Amino acid sequence: MTAKSWLTPTIIAVVALVLPFLLRDPYPQHILIMILIWATLGTAWNLLGGYAGQVSFGHAAFFGLGAYSAGLLFLHLKISTWWGMLLGPFVATAVAVPIGLICFRLRGPYFALATLALGEIFRLVFTNWVKFTHGAQGILILSTFPTKLPYYYIALAIWGLAMFTLNRLINSKLGYYFVSIREDQDAAESLGIPTTRYKMYAFLPSAFLAGLTGAFYMNYIAFIDPHVVFSLGDISVMVILVVMMGGVANPWGAPVGAAIYIALNEIFRAWLGSANVLAFGILVCLVILFLPNGVMGELGQIRRTAFRQKPAAAGGGQK
Amino acid sequence: MSFFEVKNIVKNFGGLTAVNNVSFTVEKGEIFGLIGPNGSGKTTIFNLINRFYPLTSGEIYFQGQRIDGLPTHKICELGIGRTFQVVKPLRRMTVLENVMAGAFLHTGSIARARAKALEVLDFCALAHRKDVEAKSLTIADRKRLEIARALATEPKLLLLDETAAGLNPKEQEEAIAIIQKIRDAGITIIIVEHVMKVIMGISNRILAINFGREIARGTPREIANHPEVIKAYLGDAYA
Ligand SMILES: Nc1ncnc2c1ncn2[C@@H]1O[C@H](COP(=O)(O)OP(=O)(O)OP(=O)(O)O)[C@@H](O)[C@H]1O
Ligand SMILES: [Mg+2]
Repeated sequence: MTAKSWLTPTIIAVVALVLPFLLRDPYPQHILIMILIWATLGTAWNLLGGYAGQVSFGHAAFFGLGAYSAGLLFLHLKISTWWGMLLGPFVATAVAVPIGLICFRLRGPYFALATLALGEIFRLVFTNWVKFTHGAQGILILSTFPTKLPYYYIALAIWGLAMFTLNRLINSKLGYYFVSIREDQDAAESLGIPTTRYKMYAFLPSAFLAGLTGAFYMNYIAFIDPHVVFSLGDISVMVILVVMMGGVANPWGAPVGAAIYIALNEIFRAWLGSANVLAFGILVCLVILFLPNGVMGELGQIRRTAFRQKPAAAGGGQK
Repeated sequence: MSFFEVKNIVKNFGGLTAVNNVSFTVEKGEIFGLIGPNGSGKTTIFNLINRFYPLTSGEIYFQGQRIDGLPTHKICELGIGRTFQVVKPLRRMTVLENVMAGAFLHTGSIARARAKALEVLDFCALAHRKDVEAKSLTIADRKRLEIARALATEPKLLLLDETAAGLNPKEQEEAIAIIQKIRDAGITIIIVEHVMKVIMGISNRILAINFGREIARGTPREIANHPEVIKAYLGDAYA
């Protein structure tokens, strides 16, 4: 790695570490935490959907499993929900294993459909298995910390872990294999790439990180119910929109998309009430029309247009 | 035991028998030509060798090992590379990244994969295009990228499917030169080609098929004068 490639992450890390001291009110700190949650979930999705091209319509399943791992530990064993952050990611990963083993062998939209069904199945099971989950009533805990600050730093650490994992993976042989599989599975196989296995290598860390995010969410929000954490629209689909907004297969796509989503969410909610989701959807459509690679993916394009430069020789736009 | 052997292979697609009881052997170091009119089953034979499709019946051996039944990536790992008639570039990756994807078969190191890829691109006279996204290559360069990517996996046997189709005469000459260079590097080749000038000029032996069946085999000269081959290509009136 060159000195320059360390510069941006270092600056961002320093800014992220001091930011809550500049924004001392709980409200902006809450906004920052929500951005970090979505940035982490989006990064998990991007690794699998953006790089390896395996589009999941059910990341709420893994997020929700992480959240409920924490919640149920408390409910049944009276163990601190923080242990859920240890258990949740492994539960999510364990559920991902059979799904991947079955779907990644098949051609066509099976994986997308299976993940879509998975999220909905968990939502229904957790709603109706009242004895075990408290059903739609949800699980309520007492917050551990009176201030936002500890939550902020935990969320930051989780996001950092996600960014580190993503960057380590995509800047290695695995990253090349992921993108090859996305671009042409037949070509990839004929180049000696065991495509089923490498899809798993993208899927399992993705599910793990989604589970971790969910477990943190339980601890932070202190309340979950199946319709929130297993939501198709508000989580599974929204995470795709967030990444598309920021930039699919771009390491900064999820964090930038998350920042835009959460910021707009707050602005629109004041104006539009519940129509804010619709407004965000329309904005994503506009982004797809005019910036098909998302804000980060088109950043080079935007800069060139702004400075009226000729485009450089076409180059590896994706990496 | 031959270097490579195909024994009585059959492939049915529903009611259609695309490959019907074809057998041949390929010896180490030779260029083996496979010809036949459109739809005669040439590409299907390649797809059976690297197991894009399972055989209906028959056997395939490579260096003494039976390979039908192994998954596609395993067959490449054993040393059989291939190109696609309908090219399959990794579109949103650069030419260099495409070739690196092949080179990673034998290394986990980015630096080494990169070095190998650059060497292969040089060999295929494609180095000047290395930073271009594969989707913006001309057809001639795409065909060449197919070869380069397969070569990066360090095959012992290379299956070339119509790498000269759609090229102008000058590009065809260059394609021939590259194929000969590959042979000179010690790689055995099975080549499918419609451009007769190409296949007649470089093959040691040729197998001609029609409707999935063998119709003739022999040296290029024998094949060129074989009545069945002339009939298959030009119609009954010329036989
Ligand atoms: N996947 C498939 N499903 C059904 N039929 C197929 C399939 N692949 C090939 N065929 C049929 O098998 C026959 C042989 O096709 P193949 O592509 O092997 O011919 P070819 O000799 O390579 O022809 P060309 O010179 O046009 O490339 C054709 O009739 C074709 O339509
Ligand atoms: Mg063909």
